[in-house]
Amino acid sequence: MAVIGVVGAGVMGIGVAQSVATGGHDVVLVDTSEEILADARAAIYRNCRMSRMMGGPTLDPDEILARVTTAVGLDALAKAELVIENVTENWEIKREVHAELDRVLPADTVVVANTSAIPITRIASVGSHPERVVGVHFMNPVPAKPVVELIPGFHTTPETLERTRDLLASMGKRWVDVKDASGFVSNRVLMLTINEAAYLVHEGVATAESVDEVFRGCFGHPMGPLETADLIGVDTILYSVEVLYEHYADSKYRPCPLLKQMTDAGLHGRKSGRGFYTYNS
Amino acid sequence: MTTTDRILAFITNRFPQAEISDVEDIFSLGYINSLFAMELVMFIEKEFTITIPNDELRIDNFRTAKAMTELVDGLRSAVV
Ligand SMILES: NC(=O)c1ccc[n+]([C@@H]2O[C@H](COP(=O)([O-])OP(=O)(O)OC[C@H]3O[C@@H](n4cnc5c(N)ncnc54)[C@H](O)[C@@H]3O)[C@@H](O)[C@H]2O)c1
Repeated sequence: MAVIGVVGAGVMGIGVAQSVATGGHDVVLVDTSEEILADARAAIYRNCRMSRMMGGPTLDPDEILARVTTAVGLDALAKAELVIENVTENWEIKREVHAELDRVLPADTVVVANTSAIPITRIASVGSHPERVVGVHFMNPVPAKPVVELIPGFHTTPETLERTRDLLASMGKRWVDVKDASGFVSNRVLMLTINEAAYLVHEGVATAESVDEVFRGCFGHPMGPLETADLIGVDTILYSVEVLYEHYADSKYRPCPLLKQMTDAGLHGRKSGRGFYTYNS
Repeated sequence: MTTTDRILAFITNRFPQAEISDVEDIFSLGYINSLFAMELVMFIEKEFTITIPNDELRIDNFRTAKAMTELVDGLRSAVV
Protein backbone atom coordinates (compact mmCIF):
# COMPACT_ATOMS: atom_id res chain seq x y z
CA MET A 1 0.00 0.00 0.00
CA ALA A 2 1.20 3.46 -0.88
CA VAL A 3 1.78 6.68 1.02
CA ILE A 4 -0.69 9.24 -0.28
CA GLY A 5 -0.44 12.96 0.47
CA VAL A 6 -3.57 15.03 1.00
CA VAL A 7 -3.21 18.83 0.96
CA GLY A 8 -5.97 20.88 2.59
CA ALA A 9 -7.95 19.49 5.53
CA GLY A 10 -11.25 21.26 4.84
CA VAL A 11 -14.57 19.74 3.81
CA MET A 12 -13.00 17.80 0.92
CA GLY A 13 -9.58 17.00 2.37
CA ILE A 14 -11.20 15.37 5.40
CA GLY A 15 -13.36 13.15 3.20
CA VAL A 16 -10.53 12.34 0.77
CA ALA A 17 -8.19 11.40 3.64
CA GLN A 18 -10.83 9.10 5.13
CA SER A 19 -11.54 7.40 1.80
CA VAL A 20 -7.85 6.93 0.98
CA ALA A 21 -7.17 5.47 4.45
CA THR A 22 -10.22 3.21 4.13
CA GLY A 23 -8.66 1.97 0.88
CA GLY A 24 -5.75 0.71 3.00
CA HIS A 25 -3.18 3.42 2.26
CA ASP A 26 -1.16 5.54 4.64
CA VAL A 27 -2.13 9.19 4.47
CA VAL A 28 -0.14 12.34 5.18
CA LEU A 29 -2.67 15.14 5.63
CA VAL A 30 -1.35 18.71 5.60
CA ASP A 31 -2.84 22.13 6.19
CA THR A 32 -1.70 25.50 7.51
CA SER A 33 -2.23 25.07 11.28
CA GLU A 34 -2.28 22.41 14.00
CA GLU A 35 -5.71 23.62 15.04
CA ILE A 36 -7.23 22.88 11.62
CA LEU A 37 -5.53 19.46 11.63
CA ALA A 38 -6.85 18.61 15.10
CA ASP A 39 -10.37 19.50 13.94
CA ALA A 40 -9.84 17.36 10.86
CA ARG A 41 -8.84 14.32 12.94
CA ALA A 42 -11.92 14.81 15.12
CA ALA A 43 -14.11 15.07 12.02
CA ILE A 44 -12.63 11.90 10.49
CA TYR A 45 -13.20 10.06 13.77
CA ARG A 46 -16.82 11.25 13.90
CA ASN A 47 -17.50 10.46 10.24
CA CYS A 48 -16.05 6.95 10.62
CA ARG A 49 -18.31 6.34 13.64
CA MET A 50 -21.34 7.41 11.62
CA SER A 51 -20.31 5.60 8.43
CA ARG A 52 -22.68 2.65 8.69
CA MET A 53 -25.61 4.85 9.72
CA MET A 54 -25.02 6.96 6.59
CA GLY A 55 -25.23 3.86 4.39
CA GLY A 56 -21.50 3.13 4.22
CA PRO A 57 -19.38 0.27 5.55
CA THR A 58 -18.80 -0.31 9.27
CA LEU A 59 -15.51 1.43 10.05
CA ASP A 60 -13.28 1.31 13.12
CA PRO A 61 -12.42 4.99 13.67
CA ASP A 62 -9.20 4.19 15.54
CA GLU A 63 -8.01 1.85 12.82
CA ILE A 64 -8.66 4.44 10.07
CA LEU A 65 -7.08 7.31 12.04
CA ALA A 66 -4.01 5.18 12.77
CA ARG A 67 -3.20 5.39 9.05
CA VAL A 68 -3.46 9.19 8.98
CA THR A 69 -0.55 11.39 10.03
CA THR A 70 -0.94 15.14 9.97
CA ALA A 71 1.59 17.93 9.46
CA VAL A 72 1.77 21.66 8.91
CA GLY A 73 3.50 22.56 5.66
CA LEU A 74 4.10 20.71 2.42
CA ASP A 75 7.58 19.37 3.23
CA ALA A 76 5.95 16.38 4.94
CA LEU A 77 4.80 15.16 1.49
CA ALA A 78 8.24 14.31 0.12
CA LYS A 79 7.67 10.52 0.52
CA ALA A 80 4.23 10.42 -1.04
CA GLU A 81 3.73 8.53 -4.31
CA LEU A 82 0.72 10.61 -5.18
CA VAL A 83 -0.59 13.86 -3.72
CA ILE A 84 -4.22 15.01 -3.80
CA GLU A 85 -4.58 18.78 -3.50
CA ASN A 86 -7.82 20.12 -1.99
CA VAL A 87 -7.07 23.71 -0.97
CA THR A 88 -9.43 26.68 -1.20
CA GLU A 89 -11.01 27.35 -4.62
CA ASN A 90 -9.00 30.49 -5.20
CA TRP A 91 -6.47 30.87 -7.98
CA GLU A 92 -3.82 32.67 -5.90
CA ILE A 93 -3.94 29.96 -3.22
CA LYS A 94 -3.95 27.10 -5.73
CA ARG A 95 -1.07 28.71 -7.65
CA GLU A 96 1.10 29.09 -4.55
CA VAL A 97 0.41 25.56 -3.35
CA HIS A 98 1.18 24.01 -6.74
CA ALA A 99 4.37 26.07 -7.06
CA GLU A 100 5.48 24.73 -3.70
CA LEU A 101 4.44 21.16 -4.58
CA ASP A 102 6.65 21.53 -7.63
CA ARG A 103 9.58 22.40 -5.33
CA VAL A 104 9.11 19.71 -2.67
CA LEU A 105 7.97 16.68 -4.71
CA PRO A 106 10.21 14.33 -6.70
CA ALA A 107 9.48 14.50 -10.44
CA ASP A 108 7.64 11.16 -10.51
CA THR A 109 5.04 11.99 -7.85
CA VAL A 110 1.56 12.25 -9.35
CA VAL A 111 -0.29 15.45 -8.45
CA VAL A 112 -4.09 15.25 -8.40
CA ALA A 113 -5.92 18.59 -8.31
CA ASN A 114 -9.38 18.50 -6.76
CA THR A 115 -11.14 21.65 -7.90
CA SER A 116 -14.72 22.70 -8.58
CA ALA A 117 -14.07 24.77 -11.67
CA ILE A 118 -10.43 25.74 -12.30
CA PRO A 119 -9.08 24.24 -15.55
CA ILE A 120 -6.53 21.48 -14.90
CA THR A 121 -4.23 22.70 -17.66
CA ARG A 122 -4.01 26.04 -15.89
CA ILE A 123 -3.11 24.40 -12.57
CA ALA A 124 -0.57 22.15 -14.32
CA SER A 125 1.10 25.19 -15.93
CA VAL A 126 2.32 26.39 -12.53
CA GLY A 127 4.96 23.68 -12.09
CA SER A 128 7.74 22.29 -14.26
CA HIS A 129 6.08 18.86 -14.70
CA PRO A 130 2.63 19.42 -16.20
CA GLU A 131 2.63 15.79 -17.38
CA ARG A 132 2.20 14.50 -13.81
CA VAL A 133 -0.80 16.71 -12.98
CA VAL A 134 -4.36 15.44 -13.41
CA GLY A 135 -7.80 16.59 -12.25
CA VAL A 136 -10.15 14.54 -10.12
CA HIS A 137 -13.38 16.24 -9.18
CA PHE A 138 -14.45 14.37 -6.05
CA MET A 139 -18.05 14.66 -4.86
CA ASN A 140 -19.11 15.61 -1.35
CA PRO A 141 -19.34 13.82 1.10
CA VAL A 142 -16.39 11.96 -0.46
CA PRO A 143 -16.84 8.63 1.38
CA ALA A 144 -20.51 8.48 0.37
CA LYS A 145 -20.17 9.35 -3.32
CA PRO A 146 -18.96 6.50 -5.54
CA VAL A 147 -18.35 8.43 -8.77
CA VAL A 148 -15.90 11.23 -9.65
CA GLU A 149 -15.04 13.23 -12.77
CA LEU A 150 -11.55 12.37 -14.12
CA ILE A 151 -10.02 15.22 -16.10
CA PRO A 152 -6.65 15.03 -17.87
CA GLY A 153 -4.95 18.35 -18.54
CA PHE A 154 -3.39 19.15 -21.91
CA HIS A 155 -0.03 17.55 -21.03
CA THR A 156 -1.20 14.74 -18.70
CA THR A 157 0.49 11.45 -19.63
CA PRO A 158 -1.23 8.04 -19.88
CA GLU A 159 0.99 6.86 -17.01
CA THR A 160 -0.27 9.64 -14.73
CA LEU A 161 -3.84 8.69 -15.62
CA GLU A 162 -3.14 5.01 -15.04
CA ARG A 163 -1.72 5.60 -11.56
CA THR A 164 -4.63 7.86 -10.70
CA ARG A 165 -7.19 5.28 -11.87
CA ASP A 166 -5.45 2.65 -9.73
CA LEU A 167 -5.76 4.84 -6.67
CA LEU A 168 -9.42 5.63 -7.40
CA ALA A 169 -10.16 1.93 -7.81
CA SER A 170 -8.51 1.18 -4.45
CA MET A 171 -10.80 3.84 -2.91
CA GLY A 172 -13.83 2.10 -4.41
CA LYS A 173 -14.47 4.98 -6.83
CA ARG A 174 -15.62 4.85 -10.42
CA TRP A 175 -14.92 7.75 -12.77
CA VAL A 176 -16.48 9.54 -15.69
CA ASP A 177 -13.93 10.80 -18.24
CA VAL A 178 -14.41 14.49 -18.93
CA LYS A 179 -12.30 16.88 -21.02
CA ASP A 180 -10.67 19.89 -19.43
CA ALA A 181 -13.00 22.91 -19.37
CA SER A 182 -13.78 25.22 -16.46
CA GLY A 183 -16.48 23.63 -14.28
CA PHE A 184 -16.20 20.30 -16.18
CA VAL A 185 -19.68 18.79 -16.60
CA SER A 186 -21.03 18.84 -13.05
CA ASN A 187 -20.35 22.41 -12.06
CA ARG A 188 -21.09 24.02 -15.43
CA VAL A 189 -24.67 23.03 -14.63
CA LEU A 190 -24.84 22.83 -10.83
CA MET A 191 -23.17 26.18 -10.06
CA LEU A 192 -25.50 28.02 -12.42
CA THR A 193 -28.45 26.30 -10.78
CA ILE A 194 -27.35 27.17 -7.25
CA ASN A 195 -26.46 30.73 -8.26
CA GLU A 196 -29.89 31.21 -9.82
CA ALA A 197 -31.56 29.66 -6.75
CA ALA A 198 -29.70 32.22 -4.61
CA TYR A 199 -31.06 34.99 -6.89
CA LEU A 200 -34.61 33.77 -6.19
CA VAL A 201 -34.03 34.22 -2.45
CA HIS A 202 -32.15 37.49 -3.02
CA GLU A 203 -35.08 38.89 -5.04
CA GLY A 204 -37.66 37.67 -2.53
CA VAL A 205 -39.38 35.40 -5.05
CA ALA A 206 -39.25 32.48 -2.60
CA THR A 207 -37.63 31.47 0.67
CA ALA A 208 -34.76 28.97 0.71
CA GLU A 209 -37.18 26.39 2.15
CA SER A 210 -39.60 26.92 -0.75
CA VAL A 211 -36.91 26.77 -3.41
CA ASP A 212 -35.63 23.48 -2.01
CA GLU A 213 -39.17 22.11 -1.61
CA VAL A 214 -39.81 22.69 -5.34
CA PHE A 215 -36.73 20.65 -6.26
CA ARG A 216 -37.52 17.86 -3.81
CA GLY A 217 -41.28 17.77 -4.15
CA CYS A 218 -41.74 18.59 -7.84
CA PHE A 219 -38.56 17.13 -9.35
CA GLY A 220 -37.89 14.33 -6.89
CA HIS A 221 -34.35 15.52 -6.12
CA PRO A 222 -33.12 14.14 -2.78
CA MET A 223 -31.85 17.62 -1.85
CA GLY A 224 -32.68 21.12 -3.08
CA PRO A 225 -30.01 23.47 -4.50
CA LEU A 226 -29.70 25.64 -1.40
CA GLU A 227 -29.28 22.83 1.11
CA THR A 228 -26.73 21.52 -1.38
CA ALA A 229 -25.03 24.93 -1.25
CA ASP A 230 -24.84 24.65 2.54
CA LEU A 231 -23.30 21.18 2.22
CA ILE A 232 -20.71 22.33 -0.33
CA GLY A 233 -19.93 25.62 1.43
CA VAL A 234 -21.46 28.96 0.39
CA ASP A 235 -17.98 30.48 0.04
CA THR A 236 -16.89 27.63 -2.23
CA ILE A 237 -20.02 28.18 -4.36
CA LEU A 238 -19.18 31.87 -4.74
CA TYR A 239 -15.53 31.15 -5.62
CA SER A 240 -16.58 28.55 -8.17
CA VAL A 241 -19.10 30.86 -9.84
CA GLU A 242 -16.41 33.55 -9.92
CA VAL A 243 -14.01 31.12 -11.63
CA LEU A 244 -16.65 30.32 -14.27
CA TYR A 245 -17.42 34.02 -14.75
CA GLU A 246 -13.78 34.91 -15.19
CA HIS A 247 -12.93 31.92 -17.34
CA TYR A 248 -15.76 32.16 -19.86
CA ALA A 249 -16.05 35.98 -19.64
CA ASP A 250 -19.77 35.37 -19.92
CA SER A 251 -22.32 37.35 -17.91
CA LYS A 252 -24.55 34.30 -17.49
CA TYR A 253 -22.22 33.31 -14.64
CA ARG A 254 -22.60 36.63 -12.79
CA PRO A 255 -22.34 35.76 -9.07
CA CYS A 256 -25.41 36.55 -6.96
CA PRO A 257 -24.72 39.41 -4.50
CA LEU A 258 -26.39 37.37 -1.75
CA LEU A 259 -23.61 34.75 -2.06
CA LYS A 260 -21.05 37.53 -1.63
CA GLN A 261 -22.77 38.94 1.42
CA MET A 262 -23.18 35.53 3.04
CA THR A 263 -19.50 34.75 2.39
CA ASP A 264 -18.40 38.05 3.94
CA ALA A 265 -20.71 37.51 6.92
CA GLY A 266 -19.27 34.07 7.60
CA LEU A 267 -22.47 32.24 6.66
CA HIS A 268 -20.57 29.46 4.92
CA GLY A 269 -23.14 26.68 5.42
CA ARG A 270 -22.83 23.48 7.43
CA LYS A 271 -19.12 23.91 8.08
CA SER A 272 -19.71 27.25 9.88
CA GLY A 273 -23.04 26.30 11.50
CA ARG A 274 -25.14 28.64 9.37
CA GLY A 275 -25.81 29.30 5.71
CA PHE A 276 -29.24 29.28 4.08
CA TYR A 277 -30.19 27.17 7.12
CA THR A 278 -28.93 26.99 10.70
CA TYR A 279 -27.20 23.85 12.02
CA ASN A 280 -26.28 22.61 15.45
CA SER A 281 -22.64 21.78 15.78
CA MET B 1 -39.14 18.87 29.85
CA THR B 2 -39.15 15.15 29.19
CA THR B 3 -36.53 13.50 27.01
CA THR B 4 -39.09 13.27 24.19
CA ASP B 5 -39.97 16.97 24.49
CA ARG B 6 -36.32 17.99 24.31
CA ILE B 7 -35.76 15.87 21.20
CA LEU B 8 -38.93 17.12 19.50
CA ALA B 9 -37.95 20.72 20.32
CA PHE B 10 -34.57 20.18 18.66
CA ILE B 11 -36.20 18.81 15.52
CA THR B 12 -38.84 21.53 15.19
CA ASN B 13 -36.27 24.23 15.92
CA ARG B 14 -34.32 23.02 12.90
CA PHE B 15 -37.38 22.26 10.74
CA PRO B 16 -40.09 24.76 11.77
CA GLN B 17 -42.46 23.30 9.17
CA ALA B 18 -42.44 19.91 10.94
CA GLU B 19 -45.63 19.06 12.78
CA ILE B 20 -44.64 15.74 14.22
CA SER B 21 -45.68 13.36 16.93
CA ASP B 22 -43.25 11.18 18.81
CA VAL B 23 -43.97 8.17 16.57
CA GLU B 24 -43.61 9.92 13.23
CA ASP B 25 -40.74 8.67 11.05
CA ILE B 26 -38.91 11.95 10.43
CA PHE B 27 -37.01 10.54 7.46
CA SER B 28 -40.29 9.81 5.66
CA LEU B 29 -41.33 13.48 5.70
CA GLY B 30 -39.35 14.16 2.53
CA TYR B 31 -37.28 17.09 3.69
CA ILE B 32 -35.15 15.43 6.37
CA ASN B 33 -32.31 13.24 5.10
CA SER B 34 -29.64 11.11 6.74
CA LEU B 35 -27.29 14.10 7.14
CA PHE B 36 -29.66 15.20 9.91
CA ALA B 37 -29.14 11.87 11.65
CA MET B 38 -25.55 12.95 12.27
CA GLU B 39 -26.77 16.20 13.79
CA LEU B 40 -29.18 14.22 15.98
CA VAL B 41 -26.37 12.02 17.28
CA MET B 42 -24.25 15.05 18.14
CA PHE B 43 -27.19 16.84 19.76
CA ILE B 44 -28.21 13.84 21.86
CA GLU B 45 -24.69 13.13 23.07
CA LYS B 46 -24.22 16.75 24.13
CA GLU B 47 -27.70 17.39 25.50
CA PHE B 48 -27.87 14.23 27.61
CA THR B 49 -24.10 13.89 28.25
CA ILE B 50 -23.93 10.33 26.99
CA THR B 51 -21.85 8.51 24.41
CA ILE B 52 -23.91 6.36 22.12
CA PRO B 53 -22.09 3.05 21.54
CA ASN B 54 -21.03 2.63 17.91
CA ASP B 55 -23.30 -0.38 17.34
CA GLU B 56 -26.33 1.69 18.38
CA LEU B 57 -25.56 4.19 15.60
CA ARG B 58 -28.23 2.80 13.29
CA ILE B 59 -30.72 4.91 11.40
CA ASP B 60 -33.62 2.98 12.96
CA ASN B 61 -32.67 4.35 16.39
CA PHE B 62 -33.19 7.89 15.11
CA ARG B 63 -36.37 7.60 13.03
CA THR B 64 -38.78 8.68 15.74
CA ALA B 65 -38.57 10.73 18.91
CA LYS B 66 -39.88 7.64 20.70
CA ALA B 67 -36.98 5.47 19.45
CA MET B 68 -34.47 8.16 20.42
CA THR B 69 -36.06 8.50 23.87
CA GLU B 70 -35.77 4.76 24.45
CA LEU B 71 -32.13 4.86 23.38
CA VAL B 72 -31.32 7.83 25.63
CA ASP B 73 -33.23 6.56 28.67
CA GLY B 74 -31.69 3.11 28.27
CA LEU B 75 -28.18 4.53 28.15
CA ARG B 76 -28.78 6.89 31.05
CA SER B 77 -30.14 4.17 33.32
CA ALA B 78 -27.15 2.01 32.36
CA VAL B 79 -24.85 4.79 33.57
CA VAL B 80 -26.62 5.34 36.91
N1 LIG C 1 -17.04 21.49 -0.94
C1 LIG C 1 -17.38 20.72 -1.96
O1 LIG C 1 -18.50 20.20 -2.00
C2 LIG C 1 -16.41 20.47 -3.08
C3 LIG C 1 -16.69 19.43 -3.99
C4 LIG C 1 -15.76 19.14 -4.98
C5 LIG C 1 -14.59 19.88 -5.09
N2 LIG C 1 -14.35 20.91 -4.21
C6 LIG C 1 -13.09 21.65 -4.36
O2 LIG C 1 -12.17 21.10 -3.41
C7 LIG C 1 -11.28 22.14 -2.97
C8 LIG C 1 -11.38 22.25 -1.46
O3 LIG C 1 -12.71 22.62 -1.11
P1 LIG C 1 -13.26 22.54 0.38
O4 LIG C 1 -14.73 22.58 0.28
O5 LIG C 1 -12.61 21.43 1.09
O6 LIG C 1 -12.74 23.93 0.96
P2 LIG C 1 -12.52 24.34 2.49
O7 LIG C 1 -12.56 25.81 2.52
O8 LIG C 1 -13.45 23.56 3.35
O9 LIG C 1 -11.04 23.80 2.81
C9 LIG C 1 -9.89 24.31 2.20
C10 LIG C 1 -8.70 24.00 3.09
O10 LIG C 1 -7.48 24.35 2.42
C11 LIG C 1 -6.60 24.83 3.40
N3 LIG C 1 -5.52 25.61 2.82
C12 LIG C 1 -5.55 26.87 2.31
N4 LIG C 1 -4.33 27.24 1.92
C13 LIG C 1 -3.49 26.20 2.17
C14 LIG C 1 -2.09 26.00 2.00
N5 LIG C 1 -1.31 26.94 1.48
N6 LIG C 1 -1.56 24.81 2.38
C15 LIG C 1 -2.34 23.86 2.93
N7 LIG C 1 -3.68 23.99 3.12
C16 LIG C 1 -4.24 25.16 2.74
C17 LIG C 1 -7.50 25.66 4.29
O11 LIG C 1 -6.87 25.94 5.55
C18 LIG C 1 -8.73 24.77 4.41
O12 LIG C 1 -8.62 23.88 5.51
C19 LIG C 1 -11.70 23.41 -3.70
O13 LIG C 1 -10.93 23.58 -4.86
C20 LIG C 1 -13.16 23.14 -4.05
O14 LIG C 1 -13.58 23.87 -5.16
C21 LIG C 1 -15.23 21.20 -3.21
